[in-house]
Amino acid sequence: MANETILMLPLYLIGFFSLAAVGLDPLFSKNKKVIYYLSLIGLLEAAISAGYALYLHTLTPAPNIEISYAKNMVSTGGMAYFFDILFCLSGILILLSSPRYFTREYKELSEFYSLILLSVSGMMIMAHSANLLVLFIGIEIMSLSFYILAGFIRIRIMSVEAALKYFLLGAFSTGFLVYGIAMIYGATGTLTLSVIQLSIQTNTINSLYLTIGIGLIIIGLSFKAAIFPFHQWAPDVYHGSPTVIAGFLSAAGKAAAMMAFIIIARAIFGGLSQNNFVKDLYVDVRLVLAVLSAATMLIGNITALVQKNIKRMLAYSSVAHAGYLLMGVVAANERGWSGILFYSTAYILMQIGAFIVISLSERNDEQNLKISEYRGFSKAHPYLAAIMSIFMFSLAGLPPFAGFFGKYYLFTAAVETGYVWLTIVAVISSLISMYFYIGLIIKMYFEDPDTQPMVAESGHAVLALTLSTAGVMIFGIFPSLLMDIAKIFF
Amino acid sequence: MLEAYFPLIIMVVFGFAVAFIFMLLSQWLGARRGTKEKQTVYESGMVPYGNARERFSVKFYLVAVSFIVFDIEVVFLYPWAIQFKELGIVPFIAVLIFIAILFIGYFYEYKKGGLKWD
Amino acid sequence: MNEIPQGYYLLLAGVLFTIGTIGVLTRRNAIIIFMSIELMLNSVNLTLVAFSSFFGDSSGQIFVFFVMAIAAAEAAVGLAIVLALFRLKKTIYVDEANILKY
Repeated sequence: MANETILMLPLYLIGFFSLAAVGLDPLFSKNKKVIYYLSLIGLLEAAISAGYALYLHTLTPAPNIEISYAKNMVSTGGMAYFFDILFCLSGILILLSSPRYFTREYKELSEFYSLILLSVSGMMIMAHSANLLVLFIGIEIMSLSFYILAGFIRIRIMSVEAALKYFLLGAFSTGFLVYGIAMIYGATGTLTLSVIQLSIQTNTINSLYLTIGIGLIIIGLSFKAAIFPFHQWAPDVYHGSPTVIAGFLSAAGKAAAMMAFIIIARAIFGGLSQNNFVKDLYVDVRLVLAVLSAATMLIGNITALVQKNIKRMLAYSSVAHAGYLLMGVVAANERGWSGILFYSTAYILMQIGAFIVISLSERNDEQNLKISEYRGFSKAHPYLAAIMSIFMFSLAGLPPFAGFFGKYYLFTAAVETGYVWLTIVAVISSLISMYFYIGLIIKMYFEDPDTQPMVAESGHAVLALTLSTAGVMIFGIFPSLLMDIAKIFF
Repeated sequence: MLEAYFPLIIMVVFGFAVAFIFMLLSQWLGARRGTKEKQTVYESGMVPYGNARERFSVKFYLVAVSFIVFDIEVVFLYPWAIQFKELGIVPFIAVLIFIAILFIGYFYEYKKGGLKWD
Repeated sequence: MNEIPQGYYLLLAGVLFTIGTIGVLTRRNAIIIFMSIELMLNSVNLTLVAFSSFFGDSSGQIFVFFVMAIAAAEAAVGLAIVLALFRLKKTIYVDEANILKY
């Protein structure tokens, strides 16, 4: 019992602190910093307790086994704790960089902090789900917070428009997701993931409902992860929403959707059954995902080439990164799953970092957001330019940064499972992406500023930038630090 | 199989017939005197004013949204309430926690002035 | 008394879901799009209840409760966003909200 409490502590803590942040908000309406520090402490404590639980979990004889609690509703696997830490980390990075940004662009509201906590708690509930119901509740807590966050600067038309688009398409995709879950329920007669796996293995399923269900769930999750052909909302939403939040939505939201992919794929296709139909279905689903992945990265990167606005460019490139991440789901082996874990970590660090740098130099609605305005950025802000270059190199997938090893693991996983053509497409699209990532660096370093040099102020964002830069560098030079942990979960 | 629906069909036919007959009867038998009062729009006894397509104050939406959110809690309480005696103490504590969480939301809304009309 | 076959419920739910989907894709009024989404969710509820009664298993019906609660929360958030848009642009037609495009 005591052990169970410790294992569930990250969820208790994040739930407690997000409710406390909502409840205490009206009491400290004068002093926003109280809620700010409360939220930071909450995220830190949840991350630390998740780290401790992860440590306990690695000590058990079989760390790849997930244990379910609360009547098979909540599971405590190593992967869940890994993603807990990751989501808390992304929340911390966003929290550190937001107060200055919001005081400058709109006004500081403590609701922002509770919303970040709530969305992180939604993602953590997703990570710990052992039941499709819990997974669905987690996704919705996350998405509802995201809709509000996207429209957070409510006096700015672009922000509200982004929120409207995100909301309508997000709710639309929720419909598909729930219908898919209902069909899986109809096929197997249960919502518990382990029982679903068992009934697929023992072949007591309705194969028609299962096929429809899997198709609908892929559509629903593709919307959430911005995978072709359901990616059109992503550039608009990431462009319109406040810059720090765009980083959060694109990095943490994508990692969460990918995690949902992993959870569902492992439940349905985890133990290969004797059933020939399911085996054929498995091959087909992987082929479909491979085609989607290839199309996603090509379209994302090619459209990013022609963008003039830096937020839009990063938004389209984030679509491409969803394609890279999907390669791990296509590979569906140990290397593929752990590759997703590694690349999600790297991606959260570099994408949020890049958006923080943009948010530092952005001024009142749409100023300093054109790529051409970054000319000669290094003259005025040598440190920021250097950090931005590190993120760009890492996003482009150049060694010795974390992005390179993430791509390396995912690409080799795809080759191992026989998807050589997918890897070739991925390499080609990575080469395309070099053009705009390196192009930005060239603009920052080798071109002269034609306008006033941009001003940039920082505050706590320095801490966030230091953290993410250090992460990108360390995991780039010593990838085994992270990979050794990620491998034992599968 | 279709016989099972027979009572339903009888009910539908009968319902339509009764409604139709009553309408016709009131047309034929009722005396009609058109006065100005009768011609006006019925608004719960109030004297109607303005256009019906006028925009409402945004406060109505705020109340409606609060209503939707707090109304749906019954969905979770109802299954618990009908099994209250059989379930015992643990679900009771769970429901208390649920109510406490709802109360946090209520407290937030109250303090932020979401329930004030003026 | 004979029961209505399970397939009929699923067919009805599928038809409702399709109507909702078409509504989302063709309508331009944000509120009507949102109503279509609600229709989609309710058709899913119908599917879940049909399966639940077919299996004699209550978890499907419990799922319906949560879908309803989440639909309510979505309605609250959605109306707030539509109101915010209306305050700024005096319209709730999604094709008139088109700054984010180039």
